[in-house]
Amino acid sequence: MSYELSHLRELEAESIHIMREVAAEFENPALMFSGGKDSIVMLRLAEKAFAPAKIPYPMLHVDTGHNFKEVIDFRDKRAADLGVRLIVASVQDTIDAGRVTEETGARASRNRLQTTTLLEAIEEHRFDALFGGARRDEEKSRAKERVYSFRDDFGQWDPKGQRPELWNLYNGRIKMGEHIRVFPISNWTELDIWQYILEDKVEIPSIYKAHKRVVFERDGMLLAENEFTERMEGEEPYEELVRYRTVGDITITGAVESDADTIEKIIEEVAATRQTERGATRADDRVSEAAMEDRKKEGYF
Amino acid sequence: MSEILRFATAGSVDDGKSTLIGRLLYDSKSIFEDQLDAVGKASEKRGMEMDLSLVTDGLRAEREQGITIDVAYRYFATPKRKFIIADTPGHIQYTRNMVTGASTADLALILVDARNGVIEQSRRHSFIASLLRIPHIVVCVNKMDLVDYSEEAFEKVKEEFREFAMRLDVPDLSFIPVSALKGDNVVDKSDAMPWYEGPSLLTHLETVHTASDRNMVDVRFPVQYVIRPMSDEYHDYRGYAGTVAGGVMKPGDDVVVLPSGFESTIKSIDTIDGPIEEAFAPMAVTVRLNDEIDISRGDMICRPNNQPVVTQDVDAMICWMDETASLQPRKKYAIKQTTRAARIMVKDINYRLDINTLHRDEDATEISLNEIGRISFRSTLPLFIDEYRRNRETGSFVLIDEATNSTVAAGMILGESAG
Repeated sequence: MSYELSHLRELEAESIHIMREVAAEFENPALMFSGGKDSIVMLRLAEKAFAPAKIPYPMLHVDTGHNFKEVIDFRDKRAADLGVRLIVASVQDTIDAGRVTEETGARASRNRLQTTTLLEAIEEHRFDALFGGARRDEEKSRAKERVYSFRDDFGQWDPKGQRPELWNLYNGRIKMGEHIRVFPISNWTELDIWQYILEDKVEIPSIYKAHKRVVFERDGMLLAENEFTERMEGEEPYEELVRYRTVGDITITGAVESDADTIEKIIEEVAATRQTERGATRADDRVSEAAMEDRKKEGYF
Repeated sequence: MSEILRFATAGSVDDGKSTLIGRLLYDSKSIFEDQLDAVGKASEKRGMEMDLSLVTDGLRAEREQGITIDVAYRYFATPKRKFIIADTPGHIQYTRNMVTGASTADLALILVDARNGVIEQSRRHSFIASLLRIPHIVVCVNKMDLVDYSEEAFEKVKEEFREFAMRLDVPDLSFIPVSALKGDNVVDKSDAMPWYEGPSLLTHLETVHTASDRNMVDVRFPVQYVIRPMSDEYHDYRGYAGTVAGGVMKPGDDVVVLPSGFESTIKSIDTIDGPIEEAFAPMAVTVRLNDEIDISRGDMICRPNNQPVVTQDVDAMICWMDETASLQPRKKYAIKQTTRAARIMVKDINYRLDINTLHRDEDATEISLNEIGRISFRSTLPLFIDEYRRNRETGSFVLIDEATNSTVAAGMILGESAG
């Protein structure tokens, strides 16, 4: 008899352990759900952690208003099926209330504005722990972030003042107003996520699979023709067979040319690809070498 | 063979650690083009050719200063295994980061410069690996290209290291001659060292046998969370959720619950896909018992004939991690051990260890940042402990400063102390 777990089952066990730990030690956690594959897997892990009981915390979606319809439908269906409360924090509301100013021009994005909306939601609902679906293989500042990532009163991350984190003993002690961002799938890679989706038959929004879409090219990325983005001169829309490797705000998330219309084909594609998913498809991470680190310090996801 | 291998490396830029990791990722095709582009641009800025050590750069401050400050986790996979690297800085002022990276590692990769032999830093890293009970140590004798790939130079380092390691507790020790810069014996076997008959580093990492590293003998199930759906369908369901910390659990097994001492038998071991036949470390499962017993978080389920020590008086090795205050006798802290939380008071510092010389200073009155020592303490509640060398899960703990909420110490239990 061999007592060995496959790598996916070992990762799964680690994530479930973290999710239960948070449920046991925090008063008011929430699970940040974007409709992306990572948060979908995270939600599935939460379902497993507490079965046959319901997930004991709500889902929180920070909604830029610039969505893929398929993703919003998916979000609503998943919340209804699980019987989990869905809280939507709207960037539009934050803009309407005059607490942030919308960027203008063809390259306008609500990416950075999300931070304000998120921090307001945390304050309003008094969340003390927020699950995020970030992975350490995604980006270099994430590679250094703890599973329990401490945030001060202003939601700020202090990369140099992080708490040591040893074994599977997590320190969740905070003072009033502070909170912890919890990353239960820190140790998963993009390929692990896809293999898990395949093995566990996890449902995902259709836009991850190859489909025909009207796109235009900008900075080497394929952006979907959409009502929120002004095209610039020379950006001619055309139809292409594409799929999304990441799902975010429609104005900054690029599609990749692909005919991978099944999970198996997607895995083949991911295994063979020579570009990181963020490098290939996210305008928000291209700004500078430390773009993510700077945003995280301000309280970004 | 376990599919995941977690390994820790420690070192500074000078000894080629970042270059070695960069090489491992590069030659195993685990670096993406856009990452490589970024490294190329950064190398150019510094007037260098492709500098693979830049692959592992993380934070802005680290890039600016050209040093590694914190633990970075990196991932790569081959068809045989998935690897998680805890990449830690090597300097003595970052001992706590090394200890952190070592706490979950199956294997430690230690770099020795073939020209310099075993130096203070190699000794320190080996000691930390043995203190944290990393079962496998691989010594990469690096920069072999600078000693003409000489077998004699390699053997000399090996001899020196073995002699020193005899004083440590290292179950499995291997040596590999490499050149991280040139790629010799990192992924592919090198033609430059025909006298070396062992595997390349990657082959070694892919095949090292870790199956017997986990404790599959002593059943330990720290209760993490009680699942009570209170729905119509599962009206009376009461499951104890947790991660198996040792041994193999099966339905029908006799169990005892600590601290109450009540006995029962396992009714079922549940997962979302239904009940399973057995559970072992590190599975996260939900256990139901045949008797209604009051059980809550922090309790432990084990076998009546194989129980951990239940005590409030503990002897332990600790590594101090806080820069603002030191550990002193009579100070009080919060403790987290398995899923159990309590408070402790330090009774005594037995000694402070010089981690370079292993000299024990028995007159020490405090243990400060990055220092390691042996202490005894008393806790407010009984703890269920095993010796750390027998079980890393039930033998480890962290101390937390109750005023600042900082994690101030990592602890490895030696046993029960005389009360």
